[in-house]
Amino acid sequence: MANTESWGSRVGLILAMAGNAVGLGNFLRFPVQAIQNGGGAFIIPYLVCFLLMGIPLLWVEWSMGRFGGRKGNHSTPFILHEMDPKRALWKYIGVFGIFTNIAVAAYYCYLESWTLSYLWHSIAGTFIGQTADQVAGFFGNYVDINTSTTGIPFEPIVFWLICLLLNTWILAKGLSGGVEKVAKVGMPLLILFGIFLAIMAVTLKSGEHGAVNDGTVGLNFLWTPDYSSIWSAKVWLAAAGQIFFTLSVGMGSIQCYASYVKKKDDIALNAMSAGWMNEFVEVVLGASIIIPISIGYLGIDRVVEMTQSGGLGLGFKTLPYLFTQWGPTLAMIAGVCWFGLLFFAGITSSLAMGTPVMGFLKDEFGWKHKNAAWFFGLIILVLGLPCVLYFKEGVFDEYDYWAGTVGLVVFALFEIILFAWIFGMDKGWKEINAGADIKVPTIFRFIIKYVTPLFIGGVFVASLPGIWEKITSTGLPWQVHAARVLLLLMFATTCWFVRVAYMKRKANMKNWTK
Amino acid sequence: MNSSALTLMVFAMGTVTLLTGYFFYRVLTAKPKPEPDSYTDDDED
Repeated sequence: MANTESWGSRVGLILAMAGNAVGLGNFLRFPVQAIQNGGGAFIIPYLVCFLLMGIPLLWVEWSMGRFGGRKGNHSTPFILHEMDPKRALWKYIGVFGIFTNIAVAAYYCYLESWTLSYLWHSIAGTFIGQTADQVAGFFGNYVDINTSTTGIPFEPIVFWLICLLLNTWILAKGLSGGVEKVAKVGMPLLILFGIFLAIMAVTLKSGEHGAVNDGTVGLNFLWTPDYSSIWSAKVWLAAAGQIFFTLSVGMGSIQCYASYVKKKDDIALNAMSAGWMNEFVEVVLGASIIIPISIGYLGIDRVVEMTQSGGLGLGFKTLPYLFTQWGPTLAMIAGVCWFGLLFFAGITSSLAMGTPVMGFLKDEFGWKHKNAAWFFGLIILVLGLPCVLYFKEGVFDEYDYWAGTVGLVVFALFEIILFAWIFGMDKGWKEINAGADIKVPTIFRFIIKYVTPLFIGGVFVASLPGIWEKITSTGLPWQVHAARVLLLLMFATTCWFVRVAYMKRKANMKNWTK
Repeated sequence: MNSSALTLMVFAMGTVTLLTGYFFYRVLTAKPKPEPDSYTDDDED
């Protein structure tokens, strides 16, 4: 069965691509990274990394996708194989583009289900009248399987299953009938909710509703530059890391979405539009919500202390309490906006993670679309369950580290080498510019060939000590070891599927030539 | 807000907003490609 799906409209494609990139990290990770790495000065290495690594990777991945799609390939194993058919290795490197999506979706759906649950609790008014400690403690109770905050037994599992079913159902509806429709509704709503919350945050007044600082105090703290930090390698590494996570590059999902672009359609302008839309959500909205509100109520020192453990705590343990200071009605509206915004950011990303697996099954094994969607749901159910059951033991973090951090960098390094040096910049440049509605500056030909690979190589080398430390660390719970084995098994199984698909292709080719 | 923070924030947010708006505007106003269109160079590969 031929994989004949396509996007319904250009705007739909861009919103889906932007939705793929926009995730919870835009609101929870970026502002925390900025605070920890030079305040306002962080924007300088961040934007430089975006220009030298993010934009080139976007163009490379979009053009790889369209190139593969033209030849009937909608997942990275055979897109990479098509770019260098002589070397068998590439299709196994391309396994990263399926494996990473499965592994990340396995824990990401759980994260997404928290936003759904908190959305429900915001509407139900659960946090009204609770103390700061009670709201913070609520999170611990929620992720504890044995405790129920609503009376529903196994509450986190229930919300997770709802989330998983919703994702699978939308995926089963198809690209234009499901994913694109969600993006067209979700992205504008996300931006609207973000603007509302940013206005609430920035107009926060000291002395009103228990605030101890104006909202602008938080903005001032976040944007005050420490220019000496620009010379720190750590800051550059953080900026490069943030660009990786925020753009969803190195995952294989961009290639998959782009493989459904018509063969003569633009990708250069589309990539810019989706990429900058993500930057808008991150730099303008992401920086204007969580920090100004938190500092408005808790002060700078407390917030700095809280951000040491990342942005999740602020987003789930602190903000719901701070919203209650605005009175029951506004608290409900703000809660719906905040967790609704996070939910849309999450679901538009997790849907993108499903499409490469489905594309692979449809292309190589002739699966029907719906069957492929439900099979993806089943894999996520099996692989995600340990994250839900053993969240506190660190299984969630383990998946995030190996698939959502190391996997992205390794795959991006391989793909940029393949594109710039093996496929070749002559063909590559032609691919990027084919049907382009903008003129891509020629300097990017040089950047893609030399600067971007060096940048990604630098990020990879810099992450090696951390990887070594992870591998050699002792005293880990058995659940973490089991998670590693599960991830390895998943990778090996995907390699096996790719091998079978390749043999099938070869056999078909032989029959055809006979 | 102090002036350096304000300058940096306005510059960063302004640049990002303008570029986002510009590229999205270009998408909305781009002429649809005629079918079949002129890009045929790689049709044979």
